[in-house]
Amino acid sequence: MAAEIKEQLVVQEITAQEAFQEIEDGDVVLIDTREPYEYAEANIEGGKLIPPAMLARQIEEAVPDKSTRVLVHCRSGARSATAVEQMMAMGYEDVVNVAGGILDWQAQGLPVQSEAELTDEQRNRYSRHTLLPEVGAAGQVKLLEAKVLLLGAGGLGAPTALYLAAAGIGRIGLVDDDVVDASNLQRQVIHNTKRIGEPKTASARQTIEELNPDVEVVEHNYRLNSGNILETIADYDIVVDGADNFPTRYLLNDASVRLNKPVVSASILSFDGQISTFVPHEGPCYRCLYPSPPPPELAPSCSANGVLGVMAGVMGLLQANEVIKLVLGIGEPLVGRLLLYEALGTRFTELKVRRDPTCPICGPDAEEVPESELGAFPDYEAFCGGHVGS
Amino acid sequence: MPSVRVPPVLRQHTGGATEVSVEGEKVGAVLQALVAEHPDTKAQIFSEEGELNRFVNVYLNDEDVRVLDGLDTAVSDSDTIMILPAMAGGSL
Repeated sequence: MAAEIKEQLVVQEITAQEAFQEIEDGDVVLIDTREPYEYAEANIEGGKLIPPAMLARQIEEAVPDKSTRVLVHCRSGARSATAVEQMMAMGYEDVVNVAGGILDWQAQGLPVQSEAELTDEQRNRYSRHTLLPEVGAAGQVKLLEAKVLLLGAGGLGAPTALYLAAAGIGRIGLVDDDVVDASNLQRQVIHNTKRIGEPKTASARQTIEELNPDVEVVEHNYRLNSGNILETIADYDIVVDGADNFPTRYLLNDASVRLNKPVVSASILSFDGQISTFVPHEGPCYRCLYPSPPPPELAPSCSANGVLGVMAGVMGLLQANEVIKLVLGIGEPLVGRLLLYEALGTRFTELKVRRDPTCPICGPDAEEVPESELGAFPDYEAFCGGHVGS
Repeated sequence: MPSVRVPPVLRQHTGGATEVSVEGEKVGAVLQALVAEHPDTKAQIFSEEGELNRFVNVYLNDEDVRVLDGLDTAVSDSDTIMILPAMAGGSL
């Protein structure tokens, strides 16, 4: 009798290599039945932590369908064997033990992620990130190592900088040569009333440092031109374009294609916003989308126009979201897509943007332009007096 | 009738309308009908030679008409044409 029961509950085992293959192929759930401190040291990507004492309570929520293929592992294979028996007794039909646990997995050279590179404070601060399988500890480390340059510490730059700082982007560069004005505060939420008259880069830096000491802020308190743009963007992984004028947008485009830097570009006007992500040579560039800027009399940015403050928040945070996806390599960035947001109708529209085979900057026949001609157009500087981040 | 989505910069010339419906069987004809109804929009859309301005993109639904048949692209009543000028505002 006892032998029969024992036979019924015989625990099936698979090797670490077999488990790796099954996880790669998908359609399996991986349960990690160790303690949180062990999980923090090293874990298998996609694995769900359920410590032994919690198994009976948590497994049915984690795996509601009892016919699901479930792989269970622990450190060496002993606790997980018990867990497999327990689950079989609960009616799980297709549950196996990963022999040798994570020790064998690691001995085989299979990949693990670790929170070891995070300090205790960071583990706590970013716990809502690391709990996401798409981010995890490894993803948070990527964010902490990322270097992102924001063009403009103004309407778009303010919310983008706040959320990127909160997310733990390791270095945030801010390009802006303006000072905080009371009329900025309707939308530039990184500044405040006490900082009126201070340089925007310094004001933003103070807010960021108070929010998250993990972030290093670099102030670029000058205007971009063809002589300093390459040097300015060279050290960054991603550039976020919130510039308020066409010369800077074309200048950035030409320089970023040259240096192969992805640009997350957005613009806002009244109740309307546009955003796209330009990854050089993978998708179109800004000049593929807009081959030339409008003439000054038709360029809305050249004169004072209203904008709903919330628009800066919506579009700026869509930019922050694109940055995070690019850093983590997850999701589908807006490459080759232009997303329009119209706030009054609460309407999003997505348009296709294609690479222009005749693009003078990123096309197959594009010739390298001299540095002095980066961003150049005939009469280009003359037509619009805007500057970054006003 | 096909409808035309009007960008913010042109709305002062359409009496504030964000969308107008005009007749036309091709993209060019629809835009001409729009210009006839709202003459001040012309400078934004067409060059003096009657070509689409380089700084304006025109989309038929989600596709740039430059990769279709340009102003000769056929339009049906259920289509939406979008005029999309470059915008530069970041923090105006």
